[in-house]
Amino acid sequence: MTEKFDAIVVGAGMAGNAATYTMAKRGLKVLQLERGEYPGSKNVQGAILYAAQVEKLIPNFREDAPLERHLIEQRFWMMNENSHTGLHYRSDEFNEEKPNRYTIVRSQFDRWFSKEIQAAGALVLTETTVTELIKDQKGRVIGVRTDRADGEVLADVVVLAEGVNGLLGTRAGLRERPKRENVALAVKEMHFLPRETIEARFNLKGDEGAVIEAAGTISRGMAGMGFIYTNRESISIGLGCLVSDFARVQIAPYELLEGFKKHPSVAPLLEGSEVKEYAGHLIPEGGYRAVPQLCGDGWVVAGDAAQLNNAVHREGSNLALASGQMAGETIAELKANGVAPTARNLGLYKTRLMESFVMKDLKKYKDVPGLLHHNTQNFFLTYPQLVAKAMENFVRVDGTPKLEKEKRTWKDVVSARSLGGIVGDAVKMARAWR
Amino acid sequence: MHIVVCIKQVPDSAQIRVHPVTNTIMRQGVPTIINPYDLFAIEEALRLRDKHGGLVTILTMGPPMAEESLRKALTFGADRAVLLTDRFFAGSDTLATSFALATAVKKIGEVFEPVDIVFTGKQTIDGDTAQVGPGIAKRLRLEQLTYVAGVTGLDLAGRTIEVERRAEGGVQALKTSLPCLITMLEGTNEIRRGSMPDALRAARAEIVTWSAKDAGIEDVTRCGLRGSPTVVKRVFAPTPRSEKAKFVEVPKDAAKPGDKGALAEALVESIFAHHPSLEADITTLARGY
Repeated sequence: MTEKFDAIVVGAGMAGNAATYTMAKRGLKVLQLERGEYPGSKNVQGAILYAAQVEKLIPNFREDAPLERHLIEQRFWMMNENSHTGLHYRSDEFNEEKPNRYTIVRSQFDRWFSKEIQAAGALVLTETTVTELIKDQKGRVIGVRTDRADGEVLADVVVLAEGVNGLLGTRAGLRERPKRENVALAVKEMHFLPRETIEARFNLKGDEGAVIEAAGTISRGMAGMGFIYTNRESISIGLGCLVSDFARVQIAPYELLEGFKKHPSVAPLLEGSEVKEYAGHLIPEGGYRAVPQLCGDGWVVAGDAAQLNNAVHREGSNLALASGQMAGETIAELKANGVAPTARNLGLYKTRLMESFVMKDLKKYKDVPGLLHHNTQNFFLTYPQLVAKAMENFVRVDGTPKLEKEKRTWKDVVSARSLGGIVGDAVKMARAWR
Repeated sequence: MHIVVCIKQVPDSAQIRVHPVTNTIMRQGVPTIINPYDLFAIEEALRLRDKHGGLVTILTMGPPMAEESLRKALTFGADRAVLLTDRFFAGSDTLATSFALATAVKKIGEVFEPVDIVFTGKQTIDGDTAQVGPGIAKRLRLEQLTYVAGVTGLDLAGRTIEVERRAEGGVQALKTSLPCLITMLEGTNEIRRGSMPDALRAARAEIVTWSAKDAGIEDVTRCGLRGSPTVVKRVFAPTPRSEKAKFVEVPKDAAKPGDKGALAEALVESIFAHHPSLEADITTLARGY
């Protein structure tokens, strides 16, 4: 006999977990299906956790969630071959009672989250891959088919939180596969070091943590960024660039990461470490314009699968949490009011997303991805090199009169990129940012 | 027919690291799995049940988190799971473990159905002793079949069982009477993927949880550290190899892009450049043929 649930959630990442938890807490009969061995086992995120969004779901999560370090310092690096020009923001304000951002190890955090979900009453099945959506004659989604024997399960609503590639939704024709200029391929390694070493190298104490976001010649002219996160006893280092750029430039991602690791600004941070994990994953980068249809008859889509990622602010997991929660709330409300989960009624989920920071932020930056993608060479190669040259000119003391130095810097700038080009880029950037 | 399969939750030894400085085993964050050898025992038991009817009970002794392994065993299609957990069991060696498990098997036979066959894996990957299975058999006076590759015949009416046992120099075809204990050899079958109804049932199942007292153990001094004469004198890591892996960079102009043959040649040359003796060694070796 095929069992029926109020809702089936596909995926146990941030979006799926938020949706499952929300619905289970409101008394719905929920089944969550995850293809990995355990929730988080397939996860590759860096990872930074934004506390505010977790707090909305589990207010006292800090008491027992596995958190690595709370972040007190953010560094932005613009890199050329042998230098970086940095902007650092460090504040003791972040040593607050309830810190704002943490580094986490997703395989541990997601497992903890899943325990909370099961305690809330949801049924979680791992090592179960959903292969297909089951539709009725009218095309409404009424359940899922899995890779297990007798693997059909029915539900009023299916929440698709299947991740960036979204094979299930694309196969069912609910949306297109993400275009390669709208996804980045990121590779990451976990470098283990004694915690004292990490604290000394990053100027930290106790559970304080720091983050470095880096851009410039490390991406060899591709649109992309590198990151370095401090965990308690490890450093996550990674780098991601647009898939379309990888295809154009023909550099293997691991080569890029090797280059980043060997950079004279980075190598001393990693020295003597032991690499335990390496992984690669896609990140949605298309922004507002790449967001697909968000709901239909009997289904909603949340998180990476809905391409909800703020590439400018490097926020993804909190958009996933927020969208999952809103999807869960919408479904629970429809159920409580005895309203059928049709495309129209589930539209409430879309309305909520539009009114929240999720879509507002994505809308704000809707033109940034396009700009960076079309002017890649300038933003990721030319400008970083100019900045490095200018800084060197400014800092190096060699008996040249300052006025001459400034002239030289200016000459470098105009010869690398016409004045009109720079002004144009600045105006475009300002407009896209607005 | 009632089969009890004894399993153990073990750290995934493939993922254990030894702390480079303190030489201690770093267990933190290491995932736990069902002892891989036990999976062959579970599958063999399920096959017997599917063919002859009856029930399969999974038994484990361990901390409360060992419940995860039991639930997983239920996902494969086992009928019942019993968790033996008590602080008295902490620090058990194979003597104390086989005592506790044997007592629990006896209790399972009394509380549920009489036990016809007990299965275990041939050994665990964390202890590697292969002593617990035989220890249980001895205590319960069960016929003992170790390193079994498969059950070839079962006559429930006649109370006999036939198995193939892999021994040095050949395969032994053995026949004995029930009840018996079988320790299963690896690579003899493949654990099934449980069906959706089994998986759902497993996710909801109540795991029977017994303390030492519940299991019928009266003398707790025979359990855990107190009941364990084995003493671990020292734990140490093998000395790390002095030669570490090295990145060999092939000069950019050594090969045209896409010319794999030239690239391989350049690579071999740069390896020889790093290890001057290697080329001579290989040449000498090649001359020998």
